[in-house]
Amino acid sequence: MDLTLHVWRQKGPKDKGKLATYKATDISPDMSFLEMMDVVNEGLIKQGIEPVAFDHDCREGICGTCSQVINGDPHGPQAKTTVCQLHMRQFKDGDEIYIEPWRSRAFPVIRDLVVDRSAMDRLIQAGGYVSVSTGGVPDANAILIPKDDAETAMDAAECIGCGACVAACPNGSAMLFVASKVGQLAKLPQGRAEAARRVCTMTDAMIEEGFGNCSNHYDCEAACPKGISVKFIAQLNREYIMALPKGYKEKE
Amino acid sequence: MPLKHLIRSAVGRKLFMAATGFILFGFVVAHLLGNLSIYLGADGINAYARHLHQLEPLLWVFRLGLLAAVGLHVLFGIILTLENRSARPVAYKRKKHPRSSLAGRTMIYSGLLLATFIGLHLLHFTFRTIGPQIEMLNGDMPNVFRMIVDSFRQAGYALTYVAAMTVLFFHISHGFASLFQTSGINNEVTLPWLGRLSRTVAIILAAGFVSIPVLIFFGLVIK
Amino acid sequence: MILDGKCPTGPLADKWDNHRQALKLVNPANKRKFKIIVVGTGLAGASAAATLGELGYRVEAFCYQDSPRRAHSIAAQGGINAAKNYPNDGDSIYRLFYDTIKGGDFRAREANVYRLAQISNAIIDQCVAQGVPFARDYAGYLENRSFGGAQVSRTFFARGQTGQQLLLGAYQSLSRQIAAESVKIFPRTEMLDLVLVDGQAKGITVRDLTTGEIRCHAADAVILATGGYVNVFNLSTNAMGCSVTAAWRAHKKGAFFANPCYTQIHPTCIPVSGDHQSKLTLMSESLRNDGRIWVPKKAGDSRLPQNIPENERDYYLERKYPSFGNLAPRDIASRAAKEVCDAGYGIGPGGRGVYLDFGDSIVRLGEDAIRARYGNLFEMYERITDENAYQQPMRIYPAPHYSMGGLWVDYNLQSNIEGLFVLGEANFSDHGANRLGASALMQGLADGYFVIPYTIADYLARTTPGMVSDSHEAFRQSREQVAQQTDRLLSINGRKTASEFHRELGHIMWEQVGMARSASSLSEALKRIPELREEFWLNVRIPGSAQQLNQELEKAGRIADFLEFGELLARDALNREESCGGHFRIEHQTPDGEALRNDADFAHVAAWQYKGADQTPELHKEPLSFENIELAVRSYK
Repeated sequence: MDLTLHVWRQKGPKDKGKLATYKATDISPDMSFLEMMDVVNEGLIKQGIEPVAFDHDCREGICGTCSQVINGDPHGPQAKTTVCQLHMRQFKDGDEIYIEPWRSRAFPVIRDLVVDRSAMDRLIQAGGYVSVSTGGVPDANAILIPKDDAETAMDAAECIGCGACVAACPNGSAMLFVASKVGQLAKLPQGRAEAARRVCTMTDAMIEEGFGNCSNHYDCEAACPKGISVKFIAQLNREYIMALPKGYKEKE
Repeated sequence: MPLKHLIRSAVGRKLFMAATGFILFGFVVAHLLGNLSIYLGADGINAYARHLHQLEPLLWVFRLGLLAAVGLHVLFGIILTLENRSARPVAYKRKKHPRSSLAGRTMIYSGLLLATFIGLHLLHFTFRTIGPQIEMLNGDMPNVFRMIVDSFRQAGYALTYVAAMTVLFFHISHGFASLFQTSGINNEVTLPWLGRLSRTVAIILAAGFVSIPVLIFFGLVIK
Repeated sequence: MILDGKCPTGPLADKWDNHRQALKLVNPANKRKFKIIVVGTGLAGASAAATLGELGYRVEAFCYQDSPRRAHSIAAQGGINAAKNYPNDGDSIYRLFYDTIKGGDFRAREANVYRLAQISNAIIDQCVAQGVPFARDYAGYLENRSFGGAQVSRTFFARGQTGQQLLLGAYQSLSRQIAAESVKIFPRTEMLDLVLVDGQAKGITVRDLTTGEIRCHAADAVILATGGYVNVFNLSTNAMGCSVTAAWRAHKKGAFFANPCYTQIHPTCIPVSGDHQSKLTLMSESLRNDGRIWVPKKAGDSRLPQNIPENERDYYLERKYPSFGNLAPRDIASRAAKEVCDAGYGIGPGGRGVYLDFGDSIVRLGEDAIRARYGNLFEMYERITDENAYQQPMRIYPAPHYSMGGLWVDYNLQSNIEGLFVLGEANFSDHGANRLGASALMQGLADGYFVIPYTIADYLARTTPGMVSDSHEAFRQSREQVAQQTDRLLSINGRKTASEFHRELGHIMWEQVGMARSASSLSEALKRIPELREEFWLNVRIPGSAQQLNQELEKAGRIADFLEFGELLARDALNREESCGGHFRIEHQTPDGEALRNDADFAHVAAWQYKGADQTPELHKEPLSFENIELAVRSYK
């Protein structure tokens, strides 16, 4: 099939950037979206045009590197699917496709479709961990964890940190990302001890990094390639209320 | 300690919105119940107005509380919106909204419209600086029933109130569900139907308010 | 030269304990004076960087990805082994040790493997303490499953995302150290050279992938945890960015490369769908617990699988290996698939595929039970192939997956270069000629959490901290040399893209040096790889400049290294005149087609020393002695 692509081109963080139009011809429906981009890029290189820079790595939907807003949907039109797992059979011959980077003040564009997501790493650094050092821990079965709690923690832990929630959110909020980590660790006895402090430090860091606030729009859940539920945001809010004022005392 | 943190926190500010929103929601419900006394005729609503007046100065405490709630709700609403806007300095050329509602995304507009309407509403029925000539009942009590009926016989007033209540519907349809999410009461069981409940509540409230000007304008039931 | 692995003497079970007693310690007050560089932030790198940071060293961690959370360890699906024996089914440290040695076809070091089995239990404890949500039963205890043909249930798992959860655990520990400022992280930074001062590893030269800046970092020791090299085959289950570059550049600075011919081809991957293919997707090996593998009995049978009656199907694994059946180890299952396809029985595009059929299990257990076990895998399969595996069998084919070979290290995980340590898949030490399922995660974390903190201290305690800075002459030279190569690549301005060269190299490697190798195919590869390399340096086209994010430049640099490394892999395969594990020489097989080892001549590690461009590398041998295990024919019949 043949497609028309409108791709965001931006030379660097300071460049203004604009959409460029390219033809993608002879595309097989069995290609992944990124393989289609590979084909387009090979063509651009042959024409002496610099290829479109885009982030990608594992190409099996787990590393969270790929990040493109396709026709207004982060990761494209298929639910619970990363760009790398999106296949061209989701499109029709003659389609026009708009491809843009994640848009957020916290994610400055580095080049074309590549953005800097280190703000999300800093959210984890703000408290998204259990403060345990290597060694000297009890036997793995010493603390029992009810199956339901382990399963819920795993539901939250599936987050791949791609940032689609931020890209989708009308407010550019990272609430679902923060909620998934807070939700996972708060469900486990190992993470419970620091739960109060964690929810305060992580939500504060979210604002410091320039993410927006959560207005309960839930576009994040729709965009999340792992389908993480916004119930974890409710849980985060609950954790926050229960953390007052202890969480801030511990933060200080 | 916590207040300073609360105001700065992403969740804290939302909690302010939720708490003040909850107060305002309570007021809207009470206001509607009061308004419905008009269906009992002139005696009904005038008696209700008289009782309210007798509650002064308690009423003033109540009014000041409401004013504070409105002020905070508007203030935080504006701050949050400005922050949210600045969180996405470059807009998308194409953007879809698979889950969010128009009502949710336009809360700031519906909110500001409602704030304007509240001002208008106060000028109209409380300070009575606008609107038709008012007939006084024994001393300083206005004939509330006539005041309402005379106003809503005029298309301009009726339309303005109907429009305002439509905006209220939008605002509450997102706000009511949000209240549960922000205060952490939501979970996987309540999530799927909370949105629908929220819209239902908003419809009931808006319809209750709207019924009065509509019926009056068309000269039905309330005469 | 005969290499010495420096394995401790004494009884097997006491070696590690005794050795730890003998190792020197660094005084707590002195630890912060030492700076350690860790390259790579997968399981091995992140766990090492976090642990060394906790101990008080100053750590600088580097990764080419945009975040340390993304390394390809994250893609491991199945699980992690440990000798906990929670299910009381007869597991023990010794049994895990024995299975790993046997699975590796008796080509791994006994002492290393035993230590790995000993440490395995502490890894599970550590990960649980970090908040890794392993599967639990209703009583709240950890669940185990049998994996990859093991006869005991010793695999711990977190749905189909065990690698992800373990990596995030390590990443979170690392994040805690970054917040504490004991670890400094450099994402989007690629190591392009190892810097030696007086023969000791004292730093690295990197390219900042965002700005293109070429920069040196000096340290007291360098740890490489840079993963495996199977992207030399172009199509593999590895991430697109996985490369041999860091290891190869270290090799060119003198580090020996050991057993490069030991590559693992994973049997259950989704077959290639066309020339556009950029990578191959692995379907968890756990699928073989309930799926039956077959091909039609008639060559070239074009009927739909559901129309082929039972008696016209060849369940070749069950036929050949009655006791292990569909659960035969990876190397055996992969080779068997290649054999049936080579013989013309393959199915799907190009006849390169076999069926993995869940029909019987769905009848026996119900579709819901299969969905509960493998639902996410079936979804992934459908997303990629557009086929519903509940209704028709999956198509699978083997794909390069893991490299057992790597930089040579001694028992302390130190390479032959002093101060250069190599962890995880990047080293060669623990898996012999074939890795068992769920053992890679175990090894990466064992190296990072529990081995390197002890052994690196022993090295550091013998050195003076902060001896060199990046103003040293060696760093200047390294920086210039790296800049020169970058400029040279950009100046070629030829007609072919880097990816085209990668595809051609991959084709040579897969056809001549893939699952079955012969002297003639390897000689062919040894002829064609240098030709391709020569063409690359004359005809590659890389647009853009060096002072920007330039993904083509990154790719070309990695392919340039693969073009050199591929030759070494083929040379090692030609040199190893035997079949063992993932290395199968068709000249060396039993009459019924099984791998035929030659213990008399090849029970050794082949470690290659770089001798300069276009020079034949020099082979060094480390004899493998088996004091506790009797070498046996590895049979799964």
